[in-house]
Amino acid sequence: MNKKDVLIIGAGPTGLFCAHQLGIIGLSCEIVDNLDKAGGQCIELYPDKPIYDIPAIPECTGEELTNNLLQQIKPFNIKFHLNERVEQLKKIDNRWHVRTSGNKEFDVASIVIAGGVGSFEPRKFPVKDCEKFEGNSLFYSIKDKKIFKNKAISIFGGGDTALDWAIELSNTSTVNLIHRRDGFSGVESSVQKVKELNDQGKLNLYTKYQIDSFLGENKIDSVKIKHDEGEIKEIKTDYVLGFFGLIMQLGPILDWGLNINKKKIEVNTENFETNIDGIFAIGDICSYSGKLKLILSGFHEGALAARGCFKYAKPDEKLRFEFSTTSKAAQERLGIKK
Amino acid sequence: MPKITYITHDNNTHTIDVQNGLTVMEGAVQNDIPGIDADCGGGMACATCHVYVKEEWLDKLPTKDDGEEDMLDMAFEPKQNSRLSCQLIVSDELDGLVVNIPSEQS
Repeated sequence: MNKKDVLIIGAGPTGLFCAHQLGIIGLSCEIVDNLDKAGGQCIELYPDKPIYDIPAIPECTGEELTNNLLQQIKPFNIKFHLNERVEQLKKIDNRWHVRTSGNKEFDVASIVIAGGVGSFEPRKFPVKDCEKFEGNSLFYSIKDKKIFKNKAISIFGGGDTALDWAIELSNTSTVNLIHRRDGFSGVESSVQKVKELNDQGKLNLYTKYQIDSFLGENKIDSVKIKHDEGEIKEIKTDYVLGFFGLIMQLGPILDWGLNINKKKIEVNTENFETNIDGIFAIGDICSYSGKLKLILSGFHEGALAARGCFKYAKPDEKLRFEFSTTSKAAQERLGIKK
Repeated sequence: MPKITYITHDNNTHTIDVQNGLTVMEGAVQNDIPGIDADCGGGMACATCHVYVKEEWLDKLPTKDDGEEDMLDMAFEPKQNSRLSCQLIVSDELDGLVVNIPSEQS
């Protein structure tokens, strides 16, 4: 059991800055995120794309912003729990008990949901009943590439993940790469490599094809793919890999009894608390009159939510407003030596 | 004001006046038309405002840039006439545009 003042759900820019604001007022927190790294949408959707509207930073990339935020919260030694999704919420003696997908447990005075548009999950095939193959012959990520040795693999997708695995697995397996168009979104060098391998007969490339259906009883035996013009091909295959990127889903948070409207959590604008005492929501996931989906708005919301958390963590103390420039306490917490 | 027609998956037709300068996505979201999620808010960073454009309109729309085509790879059942509605800016030229909303966005 991890006992802290606050649990932050979501390690995007808003969650990270809220951790800073908690740290500076002397509250402890830990952060859970379903991705394998901090940064949220900034890292997953646009790490290399420039952002032009962070105050006082004329231009930075999603990755630079994330790295700077991580640098800024370094003094607080905050523990991250990555690849974990929050599942269960219980209230016990005025404290919140949260359990994650990996069975980690937290005991906290309050919770800040900074979950963006939801947790990132792999985008799946739009084929009916294909879930039954998931985990035995159908995968959306690779954990153990050894199982593919000397097997026939059908990879769907046109991004870097699809191309990289097609190239790598073509060394030891029969690889079919199937993509909906001639163009690819992956890097040009990988696209060239795939085309070379196809010309040399070391990989079978099918473009302008999409999935039609999976055939097989308990495991997939073959896939039917359909050309833009309507022609259908059947390919023998032992495994199918789908790499269509990630989608965002609210997941179990939907069942927590929060007021949710159009996939957003309703909050007040005084401290961004939800309809449930001690649960706050900030960033893209919250909704209120005048909400702007900007990172800078998330920072503001995080600063106020952090202060809202104070009365739950330290009910007998009064929080005094201080500036980081002059507050001795804040500077001590930041580890500044004078 | 240009009229945009959204046909939802269950074949309900919604014809809406959408102000010039808004996107086809914004027209749907602001008028509570179901089936357009627009998770990323119009940044061409997801594919959850995917629509199918009526054939006769395809040539009249601004061409797709690479980023849009890349994101459409991620869309639910993309077709030749797939577009991201956040990339279609409403103008007088688009008056009468008809788009079909897919059964799912992810």
